[in-house]
Amino acid sequence: MKVWHFSEMAYHPAWEELGNSLRNIIPSSTYDPKIGADLYHRYLDEWALCDDLGINIMVNEHHATATCANSVCTIPMAILARETKKVRLLCLGMPIGNRMDAVRVAEEYAMIDVISRGRLEMGFVKGAPFEIWPANSNPATLMERFWEAHDLILKALTTHDGPFNWEGEYFQYRHVNVWPRPYQAPHPPIWMTVMSPGSAAEAGARGYSIASLNTGYCRTPDIFDGYRSAASKAGREAPKERFGYLAIVGVGDTAEEGKRRADQILDYSRTTPRAASQFWFPPGYTSNEITAEMLHDRGPNMIQLRNGGEFRMQYGTVDEFIDAGVAFAGTPDMVFDQIKEFHDHVGGLGQLLMMGQGGHISHEDTVANLKLFSKEVLPRLEEL
Amino acid sequence: MSTKKIKVSGIEIDIDILGEGPPLLYLHPEHYMHLHEPFIAKLAQYWKVFKPRHPGFDGRKPPKRFRCVGDLAYLYLDLIEQLELQQVVLLGASFGGWIGIEIAIRDTARLNSLILVSPLGVKLGSREETDIVDLSALPEKEATSALFASCPADLSSFNKAQLIEVARDQQFLAYYAWKPFLHNPSLAHWLHRIKVPVQLIWGEHDGYVRTDFGKRLLEYIPDARMNIIKGAGHYPQIEKLEETVSALTPVLEG
Repeated sequence: MKVWHFSEMAYHPAWEELGNSLRNIIPSSTYDPKIGADLYHRYLDEWALCDDLGINIMVNEHHATATCANSVCTIPMAILARETKKVRLLCLGMPIGNRMDAVRVAEEYAMIDVISRGRLEMGFVKGAPFEIWPANSNPATLMERFWEAHDLILKALTTHDGPFNWEGEYFQYRHVNVWPRPYQAPHPPIWMTVMSPGSAAEAGARGYSIASLNTGYCRTPDIFDGYRSAASKAGREAPKERFGYLAIVGVGDTAEEGKRRADQILDYSRTTPRAASQFWFPPGYTSNEITAEMLHDRGPNMIQLRNGGEFRMQYGTVDEFIDAGVAFAGTPDMVFDQIKEFHDHVGGLGQLLMMGQGGHISHEDTVANLKLFSKEVLPRLEEL
Repeated sequence: MSTKKIKVSGIEIDIDILGEGPPLLYLHPEHYMHLHEPFIAKLAQYWKVFKPRHPGFDGRKPPKRFRCVGDLAYLYLDLIEQLELQQVVLLGASFGGWIGIEIAIRDTARLNSLILVSPLGVKLGSREETDIVDLSALPEKEATSALFASCPADLSSFNKAQLIEVARDQQFLAYYAWKPFLHNPSLAHWLHRIKVPVQLIWGEHDGYVRTDFGKRLLEYIPDARMNIIKGAGHYPQIEKLEETVSALTPVLEG
């Protein structure tokens, strides 16, 4: 199993003041650039440390939010492409249906791939519903635009004999000619984030890697099955390396210490639902049947427990999140056992996207978390 | 009332035809179709009402590259020709009003007059002014109170099919008009081409497109007058049915 360290570079100092709305309509007067600069450098230091710890690096992006101050995923990746030498670099990812300039995406990815000497992995993501307003992209045609961007970016990265013409429905260029060409041939590996068997099937049919985000013990097996059956229908292999899962990881010398660290990182999960309700269901973003249900009753985000119960994402305890398979936490032995159990439960997991930093966890605790994980858990996971 | 399926410019659409009298083509707004039925029934007392459902809003996927309000305008111009209608009263409410304007700037040869109930589609303000409020970014309560003066639509009284219809209507309003948001940037430039009488109807408390905007719009259309309906929001035809129908008398009397 390969492991990746992920952080959203949260600007947590504003959380308390902003209360129950952390997205889209929050004034940037609540952001102090001096504190923000310290936080950026701190998060980058933690990723840079991963180069020595053998933990790969994952970044993402969100917009107009205090939960994630990374608004351009290729910026930290460009810095880390130079600052690290060994580990793989995963952007998961680029919301290509929201990006108005798809050729620019190809250019940014190609440059990072060359600077890092071929260590880039490219994520193409749909983006969360609340991203629609900052991007001002049309939610009713989002996935059509996503797939056209996907086709164009791949053609741009793999065409090496001069400009080509692209007059599509959403993107128009008459002279696409990306320099540099990527370091990896034909192009860096592709990842997609998935939240349902349907989206997993889209990736499975194309043989891409998937990252199932915090989908938990109960929902993830169906999602992975969705991938496997679509891959098999398309005549593709579905090796374990294609299956990624994002979880919060807290490891400590004692169970108490590991859980305390996970509990702090879990404020990532607990802050996710803190967005004004109108931003959850952009028109046409999900099926009309699901939107209709939400028009009737916008209930809180719930997470399933193994015994059939559920709890509110915003208020879950660390033990509830562990039971739900959203967090792996405790001593190195406990964490290894939890990951192994999850691995077996979902029919094989090849990539653990470890949220090793989140919420208010301190730099010292983050470093201790990553180091202990690297020393005591990582070597055992390599055998899985 | 009978719903017919007909093919216009190669596109299958549903159309209701009801009442007797001179022809009126009704272009529906973006929300709450069933709440407009009493208004349609009233219209059918005076006119033969042709009420097509816009592609997409009808549950069918619109053809490839059929994606702007100008496409809807040409579709309905073709419909009028195909049905061999003359002297048509064109009535459009809100999103339908925008389609009506796009039709009238193209060709008024078969039109008698144009009735616009708080139409979307025109941008008159500066780049930093919001002529049409982005309801999607408002909390649900504020969004409904922008649309209704006193009796907001109560979603909890909608059945499942009606809620799915609301979701689909929102989807296709976005499909045609998310960016630029609910307007055609050059439309104001061509309003002088509307060569038939225009009756503007506006709810006094419209919080979606304000009455003041309607008054400005009036100055751009050569032969236009405006009725402001007291005690109504964006849909006076729902909230103040009798008053809205009375405002149509001048059109009826020619």
